[in-house]
Amino acid sequence: MENNLENTTNNNKINIEYSQFDSERMRLNAGPQHPSTHGVLRLEVELDGEIVTDIIPHLGYLHRCFEKHCENSNYNQIVPFVDRLDYVSAINNEFPYVMAVEKLAGIEVSEKVQILRAMCAEINRIANHLLAISAFGLDSGAFTPLLFLFREREFALGILEKLSGARLLYNYFCPGGVRYEIYSDFKKDVKVFIDSVRLAMKEMEDLLIFNDIFIKRTEKIGLLPKEVAINFACSGPVARGSGINFDIRKSAPYSSYDKFDFDIPVVEPGKEVVGVSGDCWSRNWVRVKEIEESCKILEQGITLLPDEGSVTDGIPKKLKVPAGEVYCKAENTKGELGFYLVSNGSDKPERVRARATSFVNLAILPSISKGYMFADLIMILGSIDIVLGEVDR
Amino acid sequence: MINYLKNIIKGFSTILVGMKVTFINLFRPNVTVQYPNVHPLVRAGSDKMPDNARNKLNVIIPKCTGCKSCEKACPVNCITIETTKVASIDTEKPLMEDGKKRVFWLSQFDIDFAKCCFCGLCTIACPTSAIVHSTDFEYSCYDRNELLVHFSPFNKEQVAEKKRILAEEVKQKAEKALADKQAAEKAAQEQNITDSKIKSSDDQTSANQNIQNNSN
Amino acid sequence: MENHQFLFNFISEYTGDILAGVLIAIIPLALLLVYALVAIYGELKIASFIQLKLGPMRTGKWGLLQPVAEVFKLLQKEDITPDGADKPLFNLAPFIIFLGCYAALSVLPLSSHFAPSGLNIGLFFIIAISSLAVLGIVMGGWASNNKYSLIGAMRSVSQIISYEIPAAMCILGVASMAHSLDMNVISAQQQGGFWNWYVLGGPAGISKIWLIPFTVVMFIVYFVTSLAETNRTPFDVPEGESELVAGYHTEYSGMKFAFFYLAEYGNMFVVSAIMTVIFFGGWSSPFGDFLNSPIWQIFWFIAKSMFFVGLQIWLRWTLPRTRVDQLMYLCWKILLPLSMVCFLAMALGGMLY
Ligand code: SF4
Ligand code: SF4
Repeated sequence: MENNLENTTNNNKINIEYSQFDSERMRLNAGPQHPSTHGVLRLEVELDGEIVTDIIPHLGYLHRCFEKHCENSNYNQIVPFVDRLDYVSAINNEFPYVMAVEKLAGIEVSEKVQILRAMCAEINRIANHLLAISAFGLDSGAFTPLLFLFREREFALGILEKLSGARLLYNYFCPGGVRYEIYSDFKKDVKVFIDSVRLAMKEMEDLLIFNDIFIKRTEKIGLLPKEVAINFACSGPVARGSGINFDIRKSAPYSSYDKFDFDIPVVEPGKEVVGVSGDCWSRNWVRVKEIEESCKILEQGITLLPDEGSVTDGIPKKLKVPAGEVYCKAENTKGELGFYLVSNGSDKPERVRARATSFVNLAILPSISKGYMFADLIMILGSIDIVLGEVDR
Repeated sequence: MINYLKNIIKGFSTILVGMKVTFINLFRPNVTVQYPNVHPLVRAGSDKMPDNARNKLNVIIPKCTGCKSCEKACPVNCITIETTKVASIDTEKPLMEDGKKRVFWLSQFDIDFAKCCFCGLCTIACPTSAIVHSTDFEYSCYDRNELLVHFSPFNKEQVAEKKRILAEEVKQKAEKALADKQAAEKAAQEQNITDSKIKSSDDQTSANQNIQNNSN
Repeated sequence: MENHQFLFNFISEYTGDILAGVLIAIIPLALLLVYALVAIYGELKIASFIQLKLGPMRTGKWGLLQPVAEVFKLLQKEDITPDGADKPLFNLAPFIIFLGCYAALSVLPLSSHFAPSGLNIGLFFIIAISSLAVLGIVMGGWASNNKYSLIGAMRSVSQIISYEIPAAMCILGVASMAHSLDMNVISAQQQGGFWNWYVLGGPAGISKIWLIPFTVVMFIVYFVTSLAETNRTPFDVPEGESELVAGYHTEYSGMKFAFFYLAEYGNMFVVSAIMTVIFFGGWSSPFGDFLNSPIWQIFWFIAKSMFFVGLQIWLRWTLPRTRVDQLMYLCWKILLPLSMVCFLAMALGGMLY
């Protein structure tokens, strides 16, 4: 692997022995108010001309005391707070939390609810990936893809809005079921949505993904070797872009994911479409492929989802959680999201700890962005796809 | 050299493909709406605001029993409820919407929409569906205090009045209770007096005996 | 060709030479301002239509007054000079940039009877004067006392200076075919239908066919360099929004920012106009003598230029941005060799015909 890193044909990194030069470095403060730091991340960057020599991320500008707050709310009241971690994929955040509470309280959930939950999570995953891909394009300077994909994202949000009543922060799942019944045209809407997403993604491949300028900007940039990705505990598209075949939906199926037939897109070394395994383009490509896989799951979900039965019946009138502790994880749109709950038997949890995906994935930034240009740093940050609400909590 | 030219041609052709895509889209109809002119509530078709959309809250006071479940369910404590018991001497005999007798006046029912996160937990908690989401989502204002909405049907004087009535009732009751108690006490005392007279005469005799004993 | 003095002579008969000069000088300025309004509106609308939205709709019918509103908005904004900025340089920079673009307008032949200044070395003058923008950008970037501005300015300078070389190559290629540096003469040579345009080999007979691929490639090279010289996408690295916030004009506001804005759009027009003159027949009608009177020539000139402005806008809303080193790679390793080869061919053509 070390050889692979040093191999300059595989890598656009600029290898300069800095001790040989006595060039003056410039410290540039990118953020917290910077167009491309995806929120309020502050990066202290040391530049030698255009080349990044050092980078220190400063976090905490969006810290909202999530974990402390949870200790003072009861189990149902925490769900809206969980939404606000990774606000782009709120349903996927609720998923592991709700499962954790159910596990702790020993609540059985009906099959219809399980399939509906998986479908909601996949719709939400598509919405998140559409935003991630288009925002990545925006980082590279293309503005139009952002609005093209927002049109599709709008459909996804529309379906979720009709289900839950809210557009972004759903508060839809709750221990035992979901909050509201399914509306009548749900299946029809999902069908239309799948078709339009597929069409839009085809267009997007022409417009952005396989555009030569875009490829030149992203291939062989921000190389994340497999070993490094494992050492940093990366997950989600970041890990799969480096050739790690790891997806909790497959490796430890939860909810109803074992009923669906889908693939995990992985960019393995030697099987790349463009660039090399572990570069920015591969990470983005994994997201593009995952949209297609989510469409597949949704298609199967339409046939699997039973028409009869209620999705709100299983909600207990009074939630009784016995003392104990539990860790529950799920595949968030960005990787593994886990919740560790400790209950003391009262109606409020003793402790809620979130293993935040974006936070863990962001940790690789300093180690993979040194030696590239400043413009590449922005692309690398964009390819990791972080949401600061989850990083800072 | 061949590669070099190939790369140039490839780059050029992908750019042309991209330009084709944007050119096609140039003639597609727009997907946006002119928002204040075309309002989501009056827009026809399937993409109007769904029925369960979570917007500004509305409280239907005739339905509200004042049970305070919503106040407890709210994760951000933005609901403040204060209830006053309906006095039995009150001339108004309030009824709930479903015809039952009202137990509590809602002397204060405030929702602070600056804090509210539109989670909808209060609407789920409410046993009588008195607190519901309305279709109003345009209520931005220049003063934060305007977001503190009072749903209580009473103004300050009326609240004071109701409280006074209640206090009066309590006082009357207390007086009555006192009077009763006093009457009871009186009765008891009278009883006591007759008793104690007998007793005291006994005492006196015993005392006299004591004195006598002592003097002896 | 003394035709271009026609308007000047006409006016000076009534007013005297000095006043006539001033009046003539105002015409390009008025043209520039009106054009800027149209171009801003066009950019907003084209961008919106590509992105499936409507664009400005509230100011006037179909948002027609939007550019005017924007100009007024910029004029009434507070004009901030940051603490620690080098005040004289900071205030001078936008005007120098604007000057470069305005001066270039002065030699453009709008019609056979009107060029504000009929220089017989017009092309040379344009190459020289467009370098002035670099000075303004460096001044603005340095004087802002902002690291983003500085990086943007350094990028911009290296970019514009590099791209001047292929651009000059293109211009020289056409000049060697036309045997002239006078833009009016070059335009006049291409009269008689679009077949005579230099992009299709120039006004030689059927034997010029072998030259056509070279001239077309030369035109593409010039188009790419013109994008780079005006800092438009995909070469807008100096003001790359996602990296450098706004590049060299990060710290500017109000009136001075408006000048940067105006100069950007003005430059777009200037490079498009040059492209029109050297490759697309300048003011000459594409259909021979049909509609080729001096008034119609103005229409043809502006229509052709606006077409290229539209092309630039269209490209901007399609492509992502290149990186600085790729920009330089493109310039030195692709555009320069290509333009050299084409230049040789065109010089040969110039000797033969
Ligand atoms: S919607 Fe949520 S935050 Fe708002 S008042 Fe109801 S419970 Fe409280
Ligand atoms: S609104 Fe509903 S929950 Fe709240 S106090 Fe009234 S009846 Fe109870």
